[in-house]
Amino acid sequence: MSGEQKPTKPKESGSTSSSPSPPTLPAKTKTSAMAAVAAPQTGIAKEPAPPKFEKGLADQLTAEFGDLVKVLFVRPLRLKILVEPTNVVSVATYLRDTMGFDHAECAGGTDYPKDNQMEMVYQLGSYTNEDLGPQILMLAVRTNRDDPHLPTLLNVYKSVEYHERETFEMLGIYFDGHPRNDRFLLPEDWADLPPLRKDFRIKGR
Amino acid sequence: MTLSVGPQHPGSGHFRFVIKVDGDYIVYCDPDPGYVHRGEEKMCEYRNVIQNIPHLERPVIHDSTNVTYSYSLAVEELIGIEVPRRGQFIRALASEMNRQIYTLYWLAIYGIFLGHSTMFMWPAGDRELFIDLMEALTGARVTHAYNIPGGVRNDMPNGFKEKALRQIRYFQKRLKEYEDIFYNMPLFRQRTEGVAVLSKEDAIKLGVTGSVLRASGVPYDIRKVEPYDIYNEIDFKVQYMQSGDSFARSYVPFLDMKESCYIMEQLLDKMPESGEVRAKLQPNPKGPPGEAYRRVESGRGALGYYIVSDGKPRLYRVKISVGSFRNILALPHLLVGSRMADMPSVYWSLNYWPVEADR
Repeated sequence: MSGEQKPTKPKESGSTSSSPSPPTLPAKTKTSAMAAVAAPQTGIAKEPAPPKFEKGLADQLTAEFGDLVKVLFVRPLRLKILVEPTNVVSVATYLRDTMGFDHAECAGGTDYPKDNQMEMVYQLGSYTNEDLGPQILMLAVRTNRDDPHLPTLLNVYKSVEYHERETFEMLGIYFDGHPRNDRFLLPEDWADLPPLRKDFRIKGR
Repeated sequence: MTLSVGPQHPGSGHFRFVIKVDGDYIVYCDPDPGYVHRGEEKMCEYRNVIQNIPHLERPVIHDSTNVTYSYSLAVEELIGIEVPRRGQFIRALASEMNRQIYTLYWLAIYGIFLGHSTMFMWPAGDRELFIDLMEALTGARVTHAYNIPGGVRNDMPNGFKEKALRQIRYFQKRLKEYEDIFYNMPLFRQRTEGVAVLSKEDAIKLGVTGSVLRASGVPYDIRKVEPYDIYNEIDFKVQYMQSGDSFARSYVPFLDMKESCYIMEQLLDKMPESGEVRAKLQPNPKGPPGEAYRRVESGRGALGYYIVSDGKPRLYRVKISVGSFRNILALPHLLVGSRMADMPSVYWSLNYWPVEADR
């Protein structure tokens, strides 16, 4: 055993990081869409002042896309934006290629029967960019509840593949361009409503 | 030839994958989870915030404290609660002990599937050390329901610190023996080194997490990247390797166990002697309408909760993002082109827990 090579000694974090330079945050701002930031739609009880870095990301997006991107809230490490289904692929491509959000951590839908809408939220993160490491950008897109169709982000983020399949099954949202809108987690003979819709009731409740 | 592995196969747990083989080589792989799906996310919409805790633990009973840790952080962010300092320390301590319990269980299975019976029995036995500690701390052996929004349920019992330090020191000696008998064994090396290499670029593209990601050379650990509670006061290094093969994926959790012992020693050392362990909460807490996404580093990687509240005591929507579900994306990528005999070594190196993927 003496000649056996010892396992590679792990190095300290960051010493070999090959992260590209952080995205440049433009100073120019557009006030039209940023009005949404001033009056956040949601928030925790003790809402802190909007953080500079996150606001910079929001400004960069509004500078690039103008009114096509609606900033819903800015919170430390969390920024949520809402886009139209027709723009979601181009915004996601920009987020990946220019801003450095290289993977999707989570993606899931929420049913809003009162608005007759369903919302799909992609939580995007970054492995390669150290500044963006703790950030999660929530990319939201809404669709009509009666005929739910959304373009797939599979060609932008490979990591959403199973999340979109799960959402298709649990909420019934069709992802146009996804190769497998089919049975995934539920029993093969499932013939009821998609179970995460609000009008699906658990028996006895 | 098409083979259906699982869901009753002992090598796959409650999980099936359909593979096609050409001779000895795997040419196609389709993971098919869903055999233990219980609808945890739907159940969360029918119970109030605190009642969710016990059933959310069920998907990963060996790592139950980390599962509820993430949920508690998300609820705290939504409601706006501050956890007392001593509570934060005890939480982190319980989380690290659960990481050991989970990783030892996984290591035992990994050992037996590579034909190493000793490596099944030793970790399975040494798990008891930490299970005993968790029992002394929480009163339950496996599912503790210990983390709640606002802190932890109970304070530490008397004499716990000394007992825990004694167990940790013993375990550190055992880890050296694990390395000698398992990780340095030529047979184990032959079955894992250079097998199913996941490159750094592919790991980032596939969005894998936890030890699978860190084995491919990305030093990304939520405890370091986005420190929660008191982790920013704890000194530790993110454990990662560069090779991205089965060996690295199985060795990184082992390095994590070593580092976790070091973290636990610091937590016990720096912990305030007395103080509150949980913030005062209403019996039926509810937050303002809003959303929160929080994550922790569990035994299988990032574990995140996305919760939506409409201002009522029951949460409107709970979405759970787990390491196992994200990592099965790497399974077809790695298995296609591998040999049939490498399948157990590749599959278990993904640190996969079937029940967690299904939720």
